[in-house]
Amino acid sequence: MLRTSLVFLGLAIVLLVGFADIDVTTLDPWAELSRLAWGAMAPKLSILPEIWPSLVNTVTVAFGGMALACMAGSALAFGFHWTPIRLACAWVRAIHELFWAFLLMPLVGLNPLCAMLAIAVPYTGIFAKVYAEIQQESDQQPLQGLPVQTGRLSRFCFGILPVIYPDVKHYTAYRFECGLRSSAIMGFIGLPTLGFHLETAFREGMYAEVWAILYAFFLLIASLKLWVKPRLVALYVIASFAFCAQDVHWSWDNIYRFVTYDILPWPMRRDGVYAGTQAVTFAWAPVWAWLQEIWYGEALEGIWNTLVLTQIVLAGTGVVALLQFPGISRHFANTGTRWGMHGWLILLRTTPEYILAYVGIQLWGPSMLPAIVAISLHNGAILAYLSGQNADLVTLTADASKRQLNRYFYEILPRVYGQFLAFLFYRWEVMMRESAILGILGVYTLGFYIDSAISDNQLDKAIVLIVITALLNVGIDTTSQFVRRRLKISASLVTSA
Amino acid sequence: MFELNRANITYGDQVALRNISLHIDAGEHVACIGPSGAGKTTLLKTLYEQRPQDASFVHQHYALVPQLSAFHNVYMGRLDRYSVWKNLHNLVRPRRDTKAEIVPLLDELGLAPFAFKRVAALSGGQQQRTAIARAMYRASHVMFADEPVSSVDPHQAGMVLELIMKSQQTVILSLHAVELALEFAQRIIGLRLGSIAFDLPAKQVSPSHLAQLYQPC
Repeated sequence: MLRTSLVFLGLAIVLLVGFADIDVTTLDPWAELSRLAWGAMAPKLSILPEIWPSLVNTVTVAFGGMALACMAGSALAFGFHWTPIRLACAWVRAIHELFWAFLLMPLVGLNPLCAMLAIAVPYTGIFAKVYAEIQQESDQQPLQGLPVQTGRLSRFCFGILPVIYPDVKHYTAYRFECGLRSSAIMGFIGLPTLGFHLETAFREGMYAEVWAILYAFFLLIASLKLWVKPRLVALYVIASFAFCAQDVHWSWDNIYRFVTYDILPWPMRRDGVYAGTQAVTFAWAPVWAWLQEIWYGEALEGIWNTLVLTQIVLAGTGVVALLQFPGISRHFANTGTRWGMHGWLILLRTTPEYILAYVGIQLWGPSMLPAIVAISLHNGAILAYLSGQNADLVTLTADASKRQLNRYFYEILPRVYGQFLAFLFYRWEVMMRESAILGILGVYTLGFYIDSAISDNQLDKAIVLIVITALLNVGIDTTSQFVRRRLKISASLVTSA
Repeated sequence: MFELNRANITYGDQVALRNISLHIDAGEHVACIGPSGAGKTTLLKTLYEQRPQDASFVHQHYALVPQLSAFHNVYMGRLDRYSVWKNLHNLVRPRRDTKAEIVPLLDELGLAPFAFKRVAALSGGQQQRTAIARAMYRASHVMFADEPVSSVDPHQAGMVLELIMKSQQTVILSLHAVELALEFAQRIIGLRLGSIAFDLPAKQVSPSHLAQLYQPC
């Protein structure tokens, strides 16, 4: 385990020093930081009435999207043992919700429905996988109590559903918070959620407004428990659907055109466009040349930068988590420190990495640095929280060393490290998706080229790049599973030796 | 009703049974006794699998759904007999006619006050009696019961066994408590190391049979 960790850490350092662009290009980052800090202390709350509609949009989009994903995911979970369904779910999961939004925009327009569907699609894949896993790992004993000829539906409703329901509910609630973050972020690409105002305020350097919006968002997340009651969820969902369905113009012609024409490679459409006939030509050599051009012109560069960023933040997340988790553990910190540290970690967890990166860009200018800091801090906070909780499960004997460092390295770290590493690698693919998406903010990862293609109205190219991103993501996921499986073996060897 | 002829059985990775021959008729009340690991559970499961449709089984680990009420767990005994709609109806909101069937049964086992409590909140003995109630509600031709009174207090154990014997046509059970087996079953099968040591009417089982059965290996 230690060797693997050091290999990944070494690789990250080499990439950081040798290949990553981490120059600070702003003239006076400290002045910018102090302006940001002042904004935090004096938020301009008077803009809240103005952003209220987008706050409502954020919530309805999240509710609608998560409800669709929950229903579709539950249905697909039943067939998850079937390979085509498993692959389809891996595929939709591998594409970030912002990319889905890019793809859906030409179909449904720039409205809440687009954001809702963009959330629903990838979360369907996530729910299908996790629900299926929950069922697999659930207690099977109650099933033995059923008469052998019980029908499938009765068998499920009596023998399985009651057993897995608490876990399913817990996971769905946790994911709803992620859905709210995704929904808010949709505003950054022009959809009418909170991010829209946030982006405007950031761009104009109005930090007092930025903080007012952020405080509203934190309050929204913190108050979830108060207003999301099981009895009310159905009501919220129906209201969300009704809300998102208004002022939507489905055009089947449009959709048909999209899937049969707009997304075809440019060389297939070129002759028809020039002749004004929209005819399609099947010329494979030009298509191949077109693909090669994308591959050498954009994809390779994008893949390299995405991987560089991913590997740096993988190590960065680990380091940030290991440094921070003692702050919330009873073995290291007193009650006051733990409360403070918890607050800090919640702040980092709740703020989407996309917003953290945006702040970083204001401070340091566009380079890989803001992305590195944002992803490492956000994921590091999640991991620190989990590791801190694990650490508190350890009971130290009375004769354990009183020196903090001895405790950390001899008593606690060895006990929590296995799970820490497993979870770090579990989030590897999440970090890769985030690395790709932050390209939209100007780092030259795959997201940058996808965003550029969309702005240039080159849907065909965007789709090729999105497919490449998804393949890369599935690749990382597979590698992560491989590493985790191998580490389990080496971990058991370490404990027995 | 049940027939085994020189059968060798492995059940999962549990104890194998070697060279078992036996015959059980409808209406018999049979108790399997023997030291731990002798193969009692394996024998019960093997016989159960010969005709699971018209049998009920009280598992050693109860196999209850802890999140559901005692009423629902008992109702599960007849899931295969009722329509899916009736099943779902009873899951969401117990019907009056179904309650009228199940509550008296729970009452006989001293569980009426807990009928609509989640099973997870019940004590071990109460859970075990719920599992027995489920098997009785199933009203099948034969009941299998694997250590059905292991968690029930001694005072109630006799009452519960009497209820089982009275209400069920054919009963095949395994018991740790030899005195209970001798009192309530007509026929005793002594198992030792995966083989049948003796198979006798309860009245003919002597202290020397038992001493041999339970002697240390």
